[in-house]
Amino acid sequence: MKYRSVFDIIGPVMVGPSSSHTAGAAKIGRMARKLLGVMPEHVKITLYGSFAETYKGHGTDVAIVAGLLDFNESNANLPDSIKIAQQKGMDVQFSVDKETQVEQPNTARIHLSAGDQSLELVGVSIGGGKIEITEVNGFSISLSGSNPALLILHHDKYGAVAEVAVLIAKYELNISYMEVSRQEKGQLALMVIQTDEEISDGLAAEISGLPNILNVAVLA
Amino acid sequence: MFQSIEELVNIANSRNLPIYEVMIQTEIETTGNKRDQIIEKMSGQLNVMEQAVQRGIHEDIKSRSGLSGGDARLLQSYLENGDTLSGSVLLDAVSKAMATNEVNAAMGTICATPTAGSAGVVPGVLFGLKHKLKPSREEMIHFLFTAGAFGFVIANNASISGAAGGCQAEVGSATGMAAAAAVEMAGGTPEQSAHAMAMALGNMLGLICDPVAGLVEAPCVKRNAIGASSALVAADMALAGIKSIIPCDEVIDAMYRVGRMMPPALRETALGGLADTKTGRELKKRIFGTDDQLSVTEEK
Repeated sequence: MKYRSVFDIIGPVMVGPSSSHTAGAAKIGRMARKLLGVMPEHVKITLYGSFAETYKGHGTDVAIVAGLLDFNESNANLPDSIKIAQQKGMDVQFSVDKETQVEQPNTARIHLSAGDQSLELVGVSIGGGKIEITEVNGFSISLSGSNPALLILHHDKYGAVAEVAVLIAKYELNISYMEVSRQEKGQLALMVIQTDEEISDGLAAEISGLPNILNVAVLA
Repeated sequence: MFQSIEELVNIANSRNLPIYEVMIQTEIETTGNKRDQIIEKMSGQLNVMEQAVQRGIHEDIKSRSGLSGGDARLLQSYLENGDTLSGSVLLDAVSKAMATNEVNAAMGTICATPTAGSAGVVPGVLFGLKHKLKPSREEMIHFLFTAGAFGFVIANNASISGAAGGCQAEVGSATGMAAAAAVEMAGGTPEQSAHAMAMALGNMLGLICDPVAGLVEAPCVKRNAIGASSALVAADMALAGIKSIIPCDEVIDAMYRVGRMMPPALRETALGGLADTKTGRELKKRIFGTDDQLSVTEEK
């Protein structure tokens, strides 16, 4: 089941005009921002499929930048995001790829960096404001969006996974799916954890505070 | 948890519950949230819908492109004269559906039902029925849970994305949801709700997504308008005892398969249909041709 809550259907409350091309796009931008953990300085955004053909009319570019500013889809400042990003010194480059065949019509690839940190993420907007994340830093991940999920960038060290699992248990959440991937032994790793229950801000904050954890993003 | 309309209707009948109650109980079960919280959140969605409708029928709404805005008010003044062909309940619903989409096009705040491009139909029908059925606020919230229950099955078994399935997946879904919820609010049975949705959605099969200049304005606002009218007509037909020959779940499946057959030009790419007409192309050029709205660098 891709949609699990009635509020996926009667919702989200959002700034128009499109749930997939505006609200979903803002959510993809915000996931990237959360995983980078700070305001990005340089951003490269590539749009594919229907995103590439109609982003101007839908404000998809504006919405992704709003997400990168950590605005949610109902933030009244969303329409002014590009101006706000410029004022904050965020350098944004857009490109449109109408050639590459993508599996899903509304796909965006976002590369972002701040100082020596960087991140690349591929997100898909599946309709009604729901999104899926299909790739983070070259790792293919299978996040269908059917369950709430935590994406956690962390140091590849012993105990990192156990500490996160302990906190999830403390909040009485059941893990329905989990995968851990890494680039090289002892370097950067990514945990993807899906739960049956909703993930609170409190849990996400506590996980962020753990010693081996870099950044945490919640996909609701 | 229900996976199909058949299951939804069976659960409602076997436990002697209205559809909205099945949806509320399912929500409690899947999210672990409390009943009060869930009702409270839906009440918030209803507030957003009401504000958008009020803005659309009272304020001077214009989108940045100028392609939409003001039609909801035109219809309201036409209604005040009292001499209409299709009746005041229906046209009030149509006007309030347009009001919502006009606010959406002007980048105002709306509640997606099930999407932003199709956000007018469900609140249009709900607020259009307000004078006729005089629902309590609680009953209006129930209407949204019922609409949500039917939309939930469509979203999980087919699609609610115009880019994936065309407008039939968006306004088509919204029309089916609104028809089903209108039946329940008017005192119909769960079966009648299912027939209303089957007839409403069945009538929308093949509807393409062809936004002029890629904007969620033309023909979107008017598709929501006529979607709201179809929802009311389908609801009345079901309440009269008329049944859909094809069961609701099979109509949903047909919608999904029709969407898969649609070429990309007819799925929210603005490359076909009304977007690809002489006037559609001229409007696109006028809006984006010389004055690119992007203020950041664009590489081709």
